Amino acid sequence: MKSIAELDAIRKKALNNMKVKKENQGYRIIIGMATCGIAAGAVPIMNTFKEQLEKRNIKVPVSMTGCVGVCRLEPMADIIDDSGNKTTYIMLTPEKVERIVQNHIINGQVVSEYTINSTQAIF
Amino acid sequence: MHIYSSHVLVCSGTSCTSKKSPELIKKLEEGIKRKKLDEKIQVITTSCFGLCAEGPIVVVYPEGAIYSNVTLNDIDEIINEHLVKGRIVKRLLSGNNEGNNSYESADFFKKQVRIALRNCGVINPEIIEEYIAYDGYQALGKVLTTMTPEQVIDKVLDSGLRGRGGAGFPTGRKWLFAANAKGDKKYVCCNADEGDPGAFMDRSILEGDPHSIIEAMAIAAYGIGSDQGYIYVRAEYPIAVKRLNIAIDQAKELGLLGDKIFGTDFSFNLELRLGAGAFVCGEETALMTSIEGKRGEPRPRPPFPANKGLFQKPTILNNVETLSNIPIIILKGADWFKTIGTKKSPGTKVFAIGGKINNTGLVEIPMGTTLREVIYDIGGGIPNGKKFKAAQTGGPSGGCIPTEHLDVPIEYDTLIELGSMMGSGGLIIMDEDNCMVDIAKFFLEFSVDESCGKCPPCRIGTKRMYGILKRITEGKGEEGDIETLEELAETIQAAALCGLGKTSPNPVLSTLRYFRHEYEEHIVNKKCSAGVCKELLDYIIIPNDCMGCTKCIKVCPTKAITGKIKEPHIIDQEECIKCGACLEACPFGAIIRK
Ligand SMILES: Cc1cc2nc3c(=O)[nH]c(=O)nc-3n(C[C@H](O)[C@H](O)[C@H](O)COP(=O)(O)O)c2cc1C
Ligand code: FES
Repeated sequence: MKSIAELDAIRKKALNNMKVKKENQGYRIIIGMATCGIAAGAVPIMNTFKEQLEKRNIKVPVSMTGCVGVCRLEPMADIIDDSGNKTTYIMLTPEKVERIVQNHIINGQVVSEYTINSTQAIF
Repeated sequence: MHIYSSHVLVCSGTSCTSKKSPELIKKLEEGIKRKKLDEKIQVITTSCFGLCAEGPIVVVYPEGAIYSNVTLNDIDEIINEHLVKGRIVKRLLSGNNEGNNSYESADFFKKQVRIALRNCGVINPEIIEEYIAYDGYQALGKVLTTMTPEQVIDKVLDSGLRGRGGAGFPTGRKWLFAANAKGDKKYVCCNADEGDPGAFMDRSILEGDPHSIIEAMAIAAYGIGSDQGYIYVRAEYPIAVKRLNIAIDQAKELGLLGDKIFGTDFSFNLELRLGAGAFVCGEETALMTSIEGKRGEPRPRPPFPANKGLFQKPTILNNVETLSNIPIIILKGADWFKTIGTKKSPGTKVFAIGGKINNTGLVEIPMGTTLREVIYDIGGGIPNGKKFKAAQTGGPSGGCIPTEHLDVPIEYDTLIELGSMMGSGGLIIMDEDNCMVDIAKFFLEFSVDESCGKCPPCRIGTKRMYGILKRITEGKGEEGDIETLEELAETIQAAALCGLGKTSPNPVLSTLRYFRHEYEEHIVNKKCSAGVCKELLDYIIIPNDCMGCTKCIKVCPTKAITGKIKEPHIIDQEECIKCGACLEACPFGAIIRK
């Protein structure tokens, strides 16, 4: 690293890469992959997301991140759309993922009963 | 048979037909043919989807996209965007993303302020560019190109940041001591040993945002004049270790570690050292001894590490969470940092909430938040309608805070006044079903196990105290036990070599301070009203409720229950080992525990 300008250039490019893009159906999927997430089964969840997207010929980036602190709700995934809306899905199973890809990613319909706000009883 | 790669299903149910779906089919087929896609895409008419109100309905497979209210004008867009380019036409979907369903909108997060955890759950920790996208390494750049080492230390001093590893020592002051110490070689160390039972905020930061620690350590090194750092992390954190290694490699590759960083003369290298998980190795002098490759035992202080630390050279050691605050303090300034938290404890603290609470998890709150807010607003209260009894902070070095102090703001000094301490951030909630003598015994047992054995007060003293507590919980407590406990505690506090020993009596002293009556109840009445201490409980059969079914007789492992069929049974208290098997077996609820 030679200068701040060099750092800024990397930053600009990275921000652009992280942007939710139209050719990616306008979505980005981020899966919680800290110890808590992985212990709760985040790896098969990530695989299911990728398989489901592939099966439907859909290109949406699937990335990972750390722990947000509600480890008992893992595995979790955030779906971010191109207007910046974030939906957090909790306690995922491969079956739930299939429905989320079908309803949310393909048809733009949030699967409310799987979101973090569906747990009003706990929160 | 011809295999199509896509199918377009158009509804021809009564309702959709009346809304002109046959014309849609015609236009679709013509358009597909024109694009020469008719070998690949087949148009199929179907019966009613049950979505008549939103008809006409068109569904495209393999994606399964459901388009509603489709008009003739929409067909070209479906063909050009979806069938040709593979992009779903979002505006025609029947769904809508209503409401805010992000985790940030949940009550659990509303009172939180995320500084140390700012990137956890946001960036991909294995991609350095994502950290850079979120202002990563900007602070290091600013420090190296525009600030002197003195200015860096001044800024940290001014921010009032205190060590998050437990003791709360001002970070800037620690750095200043090391900067002023004479020496050709100096070291920067990060304490990622995280030995407090139940605490996992450091792991979370290392796994979710490893670059923030690397950046902070480089800033610290510039401040004190060091070129070498070590991160001491426990081997039980394999994912943290893996991501730290990836992060270090990426930082080296981009020249953010190594020589001539940002084109200056500053060089910094970083290595990991794996700890084997001994609690005492989290203590600063033991940690450094362990990095040197020796058995992890503490050494007497003074000399303090700032003058003679790792390899006898001036050294600073900071906790993971402390360090994660540094880059953002440099970027946003000390004044900004001081607006968060309290005057004496600026900033935030991450707590791992566990025990008898609805929302367990990691929370980052401004210092000065009350325990009541943490337990009821963030934590969602105590499960099953039970009553709050106490909160334990500071793990085996800390103590408990009872109901009457629920409204005390959480900061370093108030917790010490209450006989507890901040510790590294474990927060265990206890309800009426927890026995405080048992809790004290639990933490003391931890200290007995983890004592390194170097100094007698800790090695022998904690064992003696544990023995007394064990007797008390077994119903063999004697008059004078409490006084002996207090005497031992005082001696250990005064004479132990390191923090482990010095603080190990705290759980006992603090439960004695607030729950002395529970100790007395155990010793004098041989009772445990929380119903935890097994030996102090009696299992009794209520004659009127007992149907004489003999189920309990059959499950009792010591044949302590006798009685004829259809007549009330009796438990021989001498033979009973209080296993509870009979209580579970009784179909009539005739057996109680008292
Ligand atoms: C027995 C014992 C265990 C400790 N364990 C840890 C630990 O796991 N993590 C930690 O950061 N500090 C731990 N500490 C505190 C460290 O000695 C030291 O004060 C701290 O790492 C300094 O960093 P800070 O000023 O940033 O808090 C422990 C102290 C004692 C006495
Ligand atoms: S007729 Fe088309 S959905 Fe019912």
